[in-house]
Amino acid sequence: MPLYYDDDQAMLAETAQQFMAEEGAIAKQLRHWRDRDCKDGFGHGLWKQFAEMGFTGMLVGEDDGGLGMGNVEAGIVLENIGRNLTPSPFLSSSVLAATALKHGSDDVRGRWLPGLIEGEKVYTVAIDEGAKHRPETIACKAEKSGNGFKLSGKKDYVVYGASSEMIVVAARTSGDDSDSDGITLFAVPQDADGMSHDSVRLVDSSMASHVTFDGVELDGDAVIGEVDGGREVLNAMLMAGRVGAAAEGVGVAQGAMDMTIDYLKQRKQFGKLIGEFQALQHRAAHLYSEVEIARAVTIKAAQLLDGGSEKADLMASVAKAKVAKAAGLAVKEGVQMHGGIGMTDEYDIGLYMKRDRALQEFLGDQYYHAGRVAEMSGY
Amino acid sequence: MSDLESFRAETREWLEANCPPEMRKPVRDEADVYWGGRNATFKNDAQKAWFEAARDKGFTVPEWPKEYGGAGLSPAEGKVLRQEMARIGARPPLSSFGIWMLGPALLHFGTEGQKKRFLSEIAAGEIRWCQGYSEPGSGSDLVSMQTFGEDKGDHWVVNGQKIWTSYADEADWIFCLVRTDKQNKYQGITFMLFDMAGSGVSTKPIKLISGNSPFCETFFDDVKVPKSYGEDCPGYVGEINRGWDVAKYLLGHEREMISGAGGGDRTAAIGAAMKRNAGELDPVLRAELAQFDVDALAYSAMGEKFLDELKVGKAHPAQPNMMKYAGTELNKRRHELMMAAGGSRALEWESEETGGGKGARNWLRTKANSIEGGTSEVMLNVISKRILDLPGA
Repeated sequence: MPLYYDDDQAMLAETAQQFMAEEGAIAKQLRHWRDRDCKDGFGHGLWKQFAEMGFTGMLVGEDDGGLGMGNVEAGIVLENIGRNLTPSPFLSSSVLAATALKHGSDDVRGRWLPGLIEGEKVYTVAIDEGAKHRPETIACKAEKSGNGFKLSGKKDYVVYGASSEMIVVAARTSGDDSDSDGITLFAVPQDADGMSHDSVRLVDSSMASHVTFDGVELDGDAVIGEVDGGREVLNAMLMAGRVGAAAEGVGVAQGAMDMTIDYLKQRKQFGKLIGEFQALQHRAAHLYSEVEIARAVTIKAAQLLDGGSEKADLMASVAKAKVAKAAGLAVKEGVQMHGGIGMTDEYDIGLYMKRDRALQEFLGDQYYHAGRVAEMSGY
Repeated sequence: MSDLESFRAETREWLEANCPPEMRKPVRDEADVYWGGRNATFKNDAQKAWFEAARDKGFTVPEWPKEYGGAGLSPAEGKVLRQEMARIGARPPLSSFGIWMLGPALLHFGTEGQKKRFLSEIAAGEIRWCQGYSEPGSGSDLVSMQTFGEDKGDHWVVNGQKIWTSYADEADWIFCLVRTDKQNKYQGITFMLFDMAGSGVSTKPIKLISGNSPFCETFFDDVKVPKSYGEDCPGYVGEINRGWDVAKYLLGHEREMISGAGGGDRTAAIGAAMKRNAGELDPVLRAELAQFDVDALAYSAMGEKFLDELKVGKAHPAQPNMMKYAGTELNKRRHELMMAAGGSRALEWESEETGGGKGARNWLRTKANSIEGGTSEVMLNVISKRILDLPGA
């Protein structure tokens, strides 16, 4: 398979680019909701439009009413989300939760997928228990209780947690906190008794919540996949999420870079366009190179994932780490090359820096993933 | 089974039958590379057998047309062959500047007569070519070159000097930029082809910091270069005085080659091998190796994407410059880390255990990667101008 978009994917890219530039633009979405102090942090109207475009259920199988597409296609949508800094539950709902739900029973899929596909419902996932992404350790407990389970513990930085109709929770049903086995995934509905949210706004104006489960009673049919066998589903979900976050990061990097290159062609100092200065040209050219490489490895990781390759896990971590480096460079160079105006809230380049910072942490930063690459490579 | 998958199966079978086990080991030194040419010798029978099998199959230049000694493979088949060779670690059966550089230029600009003669000789490893580009006063500013060819009707008389001519002392023929119009900087250069055995050509190897001498100074003293080698076979490529177009085209291929986009050692992760050699790694070095492996594996995907796009005309025409920049900076970093992981043992310059200081010499050799074929700084200039369209670049 060649490492570029096939005709269908190229068409999707064109459609997604146009749609997001119009409907998902910074002024229309990110600034609009931020400046109104929106408690959701995203617009439900746009989510409905995502559904009309067929985006919400793109990873859902055709038998379940979705489009049965892959992570390359989801990445195309995400790159455009990143480029426009469009606040959207697409990554948490349509990539992460949808990937987990694929492993659910007919009942689980029938209960949750239609609402997602229709753009009526928003879902998220609760994995982290602390400030850093450490999915190897899960302490949040679900104990057998009657025909179901009783969930106790805490999850942190659950993206759009308080706005989600359902949360996929990774909990421990047996073993010790750091055991690989003994994990079970649960679909926890928003109205579950004993679940409470402490919502916080993050630097990029997105919303996340600290979720407390105080003996939340769950039916047996809340289980996604096998009891105690959730690690595999969790890993599948994490791979898709990481590749998706990388794709969004490529968009953030590209958006910041495009803005900056444009600025170098407009801004004059010393009687010259600042883009004429070689000191800036070389940094811009280096940045271009890094962003190109980040995009290539992201598409590669998505292709491997869609093809069921055993290398997908490694390349997902490579992609997440490489994109973090490239996008981090893009936003930092972006603010610096814009000079004083880059520090103002009025100018968009700073918004790219903030989104990049949040995306860096999401599902593991570059240090976590470089460490994983070393471990998977055997050192 | 799709056509491509049956091609993969056939190729795998063919490689299994024809690539000797000795030829599936990493290249350790210069003698492991077979360059061909009039004076070529084989290091051993395995090298000879592998070269001959590949030549007869068209696999020295798999994607060239069959009539010029290639196998006529499609881009997709070419990729499968590269993947299958990489899978078993097969060495290239024939390496040459004819394959990497002159060949592509002839395929693009050459006459039918030139293709028939020169491409077939290259594919069969009969003639070893070298490249005459840089001059002592013309490095990054290549177009300022002064080597001059005086028009004598049916031939030129060439005088001047080239430098950094790779393996000029072992080459048979040279493709050479020669000024044929002193008034016209860009449109006054002709891309000539001539035999180094003729009178007036002399070479002098340059000893480098690695202790090796892969590059030469090449002197031309009244060298007679024919304008024609027979029917439809001019002694120059493209048009007279328009050699700069050919040179630029060829530089793209040179940069692509140096970038390591095709994979292999230059894009592989190294952390695991470093740990095997060094035992325990210093934690900070381990972290550096992990960061390097991220960049190397990401770059390998970039190489794949670049070549895939290049084959179907989707790559930006200036993208080889980006690849060359990124690939060579990465390779220098690779060797810095290998030296660090190797410790004092990597300093040994002559010992048998280190293959005669192979690690140290390779480390020093890589410093030329970001100079030869256009410096990193020139690459960044080109990216600024041709890809980013920055003003005044």
